Amino acid sequence: MVKPRRILAIVPSYNEEKSIAHVIGSIKNSDPSIDILVVNDGSTDNTGSVAKSTGEAFIVNLPCNIGIGGAVQAGFKYAGRNGYDVAFQFDGDGQHLASEIKALLEPILKNDADVTIGSRFRAKTAGFQSTLLRRGGIKIFEILNSLLIKQKITDNTSGFRAYRREAIHFLADHYPSDYPEPEAVLLLGRNGFRLKEVSVCMQQRKEGKSSITGMKSGYYMIKVLLAVLVSALRTRIG
Amino acid sequence: MTMLTNFDASTIQYISILGSIIFIVLMILLIRNRKIKEEFSILWLFFGIVFFVLSVWRGSLEVIARILGIAYAPAAIFLILIIAIISILIHLSVIISKITDQNKILIQEVGLLKMEFDILKGNCKISDPENFKAD
Repeated sequence: MVKPRRILAIVPSYNEEKSIAHVIGSIKNSDPSIDILVVNDGSTDNTGSVAKSTGEAFIVNLPCNIGIGGAVQAGFKYAGRNGYDVAFQFDGDGQHLASEIKALLEPILKNDADVTIGSRFRAKTAGFQSTLLRRGGIKIFEILNSLLIKQKITDNTSGFRAYRREAIHFLADHYPSDYPEPEAVLLLGRNGFRLKEVSVCMQQRKEGKSSITGMKSGYYMIKVLLAVLVSALRTRIG
Repeated sequence: MTMLTNFDASTIQYISILGSIIFIVLMILLIRNRKIKEEFSILWLFFGIVFFVLSVWRGSLEVIARILGIAYAPAAIFLILIIAIISILIHLSVIISKITDQNKILIQEVGLLKMEFDILKGNCKISDPENFKAD
């Protein structure tokens, strides 16, 4: 008999005490065999204790806030060291839908891809499509990354992603910090991992607020564009 | 009147020599008292010595200015000063980036260790002990 593959959900969360229990519950409901790792990125509210009280997730309480990149990377380290075959990122703010997990994991489990990215734009889905300005920014990443890795990725900022073992080990050492998503696409593409987009629906966050607003959006674009362009200058890692 | 006439061209030279010496001594004291690590003080000491040489040997500034095509020799001192400051600032940015990275790794490891410690102590209700079985 083939040993069932072990799957880990990495749930980065920062001040998500209102949505975290629901997020954990919805993942467990969709597939009880999935292990959940909540990475509490130095929250100042009760995210850690609320998550712990569900009794259904491992909780990593980072002693300080290091940003989403570092938090997710802590998840990759855990997944890599504990022999998980598949890991996927599922945000703690309720934006990602547990009903889409199956679709996200399918190409990975069939060995059609090393990394899958849940995209809001591949097919026009009914759910959350973000604001016009943000979609413009996302379009720039699409064009840039398409040029650099010669593959069209429509939703470079999506954090709803799944990874095979090799990609987990790679990212445990090389995941970008700060605003990691578009840069990670480039990094993975250039290092020979097979990327595949899966059309998914997303939801507008229920509680809390986006970490990228106002002035930060400008900084975000500049930082990420710089990171993407500079990593295009780097030779392959590993 | 006598005060004014006493300020001839060599006064600034004495001030510069004294200033450079105070600077170099200050750096050495900071290293001695372990306030600055040696590797971070090398650039400061290097430029301290450069300015000491420039103030002792005044003609050197004229020579540098002539080589670089700077019409007004004292302007060369600003050029050297700016190069010194920029290189030290870049050096500091490199160090900060490295420390940020190391800090991130430490925070991740502390978080992961705390979790394993909690589970091993039995403080955690989670029912899937597969990751923590004794080998």
